[in-house]
Amino acid sequence: MIQRLFRFRGGIEPAPHKRESSAAPIRPAPLPPKLVVPLIQSSRGAARTIVTVGDKVLKGQCIGEPEGAGGTAIHAPTSGAVTEIGRYPMAHPSGLASLAIVLESDGEERWITPEPLDPAHASREELLLRIQASGIVGMGGAVFPSHIKIGKDAAIETLVINGAECEPWITCDDRLMRERAADILAGAKILCLLNGARRILIGIEDNKPEAIAAMTAAARESHGGGEAGVDVEIVPIPARYPAGGEKQLIRVLTGIEVPAGKIAGDFGVQCFNVGTAHAVCRALAHGEAMISRIVTVTGNVERPGNYEVLLGTPISSLLALCGVRPGTDRTLMGGPMMGFTLPSLDAPITKGSNCIIAASPALFPPPPPEQACIRCGTCAHACPIGLQPFELYWASRAKRFDDANRYHIFDCIECGCCAYVCPAHIPLVDYFRFAKSEIRARDEEQKAASQARARFESRLARLEREKAEKAARLAAKAAETRASLAAGDAALIAAAVQRTQAQSPDDATTPPDPI
Amino acid sequence: MFAALIVMTGIAIALGAALGYAAFHFKVEGNPIAEQIDAILPQTQCAQCGYPGCKPYAEAVASSEAEINLCTPGGDDGARKLAELLGREFKPRGVTVEKPKTVALIDEQTCIGCTLCIQACPVDAIVGSAKQMHTVVSRICTGCELCLPPCPVDCIALVEEPRTPQNWRWKYPVTGLKVVA
Repeated sequence: MIQRLFRFRGGIEPAPHKRESSAAPIRPAPLPPKLVVPLIQSSRGAARTIVTVGDKVLKGQCIGEPEGAGGTAIHAPTSGAVTEIGRYPMAHPSGLASLAIVLESDGEERWITPEPLDPAHASREELLLRIQASGIVGMGGAVFPSHIKIGKDAAIETLVINGAECEPWITCDDRLMRERAADILAGAKILCLLNGARRILIGIEDNKPEAIAAMTAAARESHGGGEAGVDVEIVPIPARYPAGGEKQLIRVLTGIEVPAGKIAGDFGVQCFNVGTAHAVCRALAHGEAMISRIVTVTGNVERPGNYEVLLGTPISSLLALCGVRPGTDRTLMGGPMMGFTLPSLDAPITKGSNCIIAASPALFPPPPPEQACIRCGTCAHACPIGLQPFELYWASRAKRFDDANRYHIFDCIECGCCAYVCPAHIPLVDYFRFAKSEIRARDEEQKAASQARARFESRLARLEREKAEKAARLAAKAAETRASLAAGDAALIAAAVQRTQAQSPDDATTPPDPI
Repeated sequence: MFAALIVMTGIAIALGAALGYAAFHFKVEGNPIAEQIDAILPQTQCAQCGYPGCKPYAEAVASSEAEINLCTPGGDDGARKLAELLGREFKPRGVTVEKPKTVALIDEQTCIGCTLCIQACPVDAIVGSAKQMHTVVSRICTGCELCLPPCPVDCIALVEEPRTPQNWRWKYPVTGLKVVA
């Protein structure tokens, strides 16, 4: 069926650089002796450790329970012993440390007994719980907990599976679709069961013909299985960055433009990455929790390619596997458009790490010096959201954060199109990230201040009340004493009068002589 | 002429009645200026301005009793905002170095459970009871330092909030200087 495609506004067409790493099949990365599994693996919450130092764990065993509704579980990527629970540097632009479980592998890779869950015979709640307990988060990079997204009670018509992979250099989704198309489809169908979608649209950029062919073949095969009700379509879409952005892909495939402040679910569409669909299938049909992911290692290396990497594997060991060529001056995590320079190569691979790029000045020349913005508007043409990056730039640069908010800085997806096209070579996204984190911090401060104000006022009120209560208590006590005294006095006087009257009445009437 | 007088008097009476009614029925509770000032103040309740809290200081500023630059945690930035709000002239405090946000931490080994710090805390951020160990709820603590002087055993210290990937901020982009010669 030929489907009408739509266009999102803006966008760029950078050199894809996909061939370097897409040729070789996915290889399993060797088991490192030590794995560092961070407790924070989702954007909405951390896990709580349920193991202690010295515990022996099996591969796939839960080592961190989900904390709160937004948390997702974490699992032992291999069998071995827990040697430490401590702070380790993370794959984060700050390079700051956060809490992680350190696992020493015993090299046996002994699995915990898997407990598959048949989606056809399980209730929706059971499936959602299993997704949470299997630690499944969005694999596209946002690491949003999948059980929350799929568990929303929205009337969903269309499930969009994101295989666009628009960012240059990255090919992990490409290889996944080529090699594990059937699992992706099975996962997508489970997601359909959960959200009630009637059709699946799998959007793949047309620069990945092999992936399109593999997915089409898998769809034809599974359709032959006689599954009724869900209509699967593989849709090649024009390669244009950032077609793999959620809202952009939905726009291209369905024509729906999701407005600011709304989510796709409000319009009957939900979008999941191919990696997420694959993980859902592994978790339910095979009972395997999320303990590994496909990572593209490319750039200035001898053997670029895709590896199935256990979570917690140090990035340095992955790079050593591929042979970093001389001349590499920094290492990027994520693609060249949206990724960041890793401050430390000891950081572990997490659920959101899709690509490691060894960067050299030859591959990624340092940007020419920044020049003044002349408001040419090129960035506004390239912005896929329809923002005005130059206005945002002026506001952020001058730290006029209210203005930045007025120009909707929080709708910016930091895709980097504006900085890519800027003729003055201004690192626009850096400014936006700075402004966003400042605004977030300011909002936090405001929240803390209003909390402090409320607590201060309630304390004053309490002190007032206590003072009033104390005064009232004292007054009551005083009145009581006075009353009892008064009563006592009257009795004393009466007794004295009686005594005197009992004596001679003459004595009582004539007072004794004072002398 | 007589008619004009009657008309003018009538208008005056009608408007006066309307104003009187409005003054009575649409009366604004509290002092709106003080509220606006209070919203700018950092709410540490530290009393370093000489008033027992942010609200009292806001009221004093609103009634022109106090200078606008007495707030130490607010710093020059806060004073500038107040100057802008009130149309007064900005006076620098001289404090330009921004102090990092700190929270109080009780050394629980040394604490003797005297409850003096609990009574001093303006936001009730310290929990504990007589002869029991006290502790600070760091999420609520404003770092006002009011608990420091009453402590008889000096077991309270102010510590900087640890930087985590969650509260870390991106730096202001700095571009290298161009070598021209």
